[in-house]
Amino acid sequence: MKIVVCVKQVPDSAAKVVVENGKVSWGDAPLVINPWDEYAVEAALQQKEALGGTVTAITIGGEGSKEALKHALAMGADDAILISDPALANLDTQATAQVLAAAVKKIGGVDAAFFGRQAIDADSGLVPAQTARLLGWPALTLSAVIKVDGGSVRVERGVEEGRQIVTAKLPAVFSLVKDFGEPRYPSFMGIRKASRAVIPAWSLADLGIPAPASVIAWPEIMNPPSREVKCDFITGGSPQEIAEALSDKILAEKVL
Amino acid sequence: MNTWVYIDHFKGTALPASWEAIGVGKTLGTVEALVFGTGVEALAKTAFEYGADEVLLADDPALADYRAEAFAATLGSLVASGTPDLLLFPTTTRGRELAAMAAIDLKTGVMVDVTALESADGKITVTRPIYAGKLLTKETCSARPLIITLRGRAFPKPEQQAGKSGTLTKVAAAAGDFPTKVEGYTTGEGGVSLTDAGVIVSGGRGVSNNPALTPPAGLDEKQTEIWRAQQGFALVKDLASVLGAAVGASRAAVDAGYIPYPNQVGQTGKVVSPDVYIACGISGAIQHLAGMRTSKVIVAINKDAEAPIFKLARYGVVGDLFQILPALTAAFKKKLGK
Repeated sequence: MKIVVCVKQVPDSAAKVVVENGKVSWGDAPLVINPWDEYAVEAALQQKEALGGTVTAITIGGEGSKEALKHALAMGADDAILISDPALANLDTQATAQVLAAAVKKIGGVDAAFFGRQAIDADSGLVPAQTARLLGWPALTLSAVIKVDGGSVRVERGVEEGRQIVTAKLPAVFSLVKDFGEPRYPSFMGIRKASRAVIPAWSLADLGIPAPASVIAWPEIMNPPSREVKCDFITGGSPQEIAEALSDKILAEKVL
Repeated sequence: MNTWVYIDHFKGTALPASWEAIGVGKTLGTVEALVFGTGVEALAKTAFEYGADEVLLADDPALADYRAEAFAATLGSLVASGTPDLLLFPTTTRGRELAAMAAIDLKTGVMVDVTALESADGKITVTRPIYAGKLLTKETCSARPLIITLRGRAFPKPEQQAGKSGTLTKVAAAAGDFPTKVEGYTTGEGGVSLTDAGVIVSGGRGVSNNPALTPPAGLDEKQTEIWRAQQGFALVKDLASVLGAAVGASRAAVDAGYIPYPNQVGQTGKVVSPDVYIACGISGAIQHLAGMRTSKVIVAINKDAEAPIFKLARYGVVGDLFQILPALTAAFKKKLGK
């Protein structure tokens, strides 16, 4: 099974993200592989262990984005490709999907493209389905269980009502949720391998596509209105007295 | 402006954010609701009652189960013969996926999970949270038709007007050999869905620390911790049940194996915005706060007075949640007449 995992580099989830002078700042927080993509790498490695094959990590970004690829390599991915071009700054999701679909085609012979469910910066969650649509492959988004059998696959997808069980033919696009277990820690050997890896960089010319046009614009990014609340601490008395007072106050808000 | 609203449903039960989307469409002009499925004519009737002027009903056994490819193809063929300026979807799993595919088919963009929308001179600017709500961004789209998914509970649900009717147009499902087959469903735990919930009671790591409990003999350390957490979450669930609330959890509680992942609230879980959010034994890591900070009334019960959750809380109790929670459940039971 030949798997491509699409990853993104994002500010750490513990970062305090604010807008300063119109620009997004995450202070000293590190840039890391998107946590959802780490689950996708883990799921891909599990498939490789069960079925054989290879796992290739790809990302779109500048030189610094290689760190996200190195994390995937250190976890156990076989190789990685950086897609880098000055024309690829600030892409919207459909433009991103065009680039990723072209990369998957260029890699060739791919059985599955894996994605995290969404990136924790833009929170869009659109790129997996859009890439699938462009490739003409089934979109098996929000998969929690994947069982490959020859050229077919059976997944359980998380939906509001529980799980939907779907079968499809490969190749397919998958977006993954957390159910594959905690992503493995990179091993010492893995980190050494990743640090020495030569990661090729592909430009748009290498992909053979023109610069994709973004149609979404972001005219203003803002800090959310600050939540001016002063906590009313309910103190004193027995648990029953506290519960009486607290329930009265909640009911007085007239929102129940 | 002519707005098409996709009515997301499961076996004929609509997700409420679909009706909220009709309300938004009506503020912009006329609304045509899209109802896809089989045996779903009753949904068309309800769509009229929530304000749709017209319903495009694709009622076909081939649409019995939601399949992205089949539904997107049907949507695409309708758009080709219609004149929508704007397609609205609820931000549900299906709504988000269909919107994504429709944007590719129609060569346009998606403004996703929108919480506010302004219209001036036919130009629409939306606001949506990014970084799990740590920031907000305004967005515009230069291509047409516009595609927007609306976050549940961000817009008011219109008043349902019993008996109101409109033009029902039956349309065909797109024919074709689609690559996926739905084999069936496994249901979740049931109960109230977090993203639709008006009230959420959440538990964190603190629910496993009840010193008054004596665990059964023969459990190892991890089993003992899980057993303790289950007793703690039982108290959370009791309160949730009296309030008709959904049960949430912090990432710490999910990662520790206390409760399944679909209950997780926060940056790598669900972002929620209920009227009342009761946090029990949750200290308030930044990732958790991002996922619930827009809740109307936040109540925190924690033994640590310095816990960051109290900075967002309207009401706080510094104390033993194992004593407070049962008392609070009893108090609500009495006052709500349950």
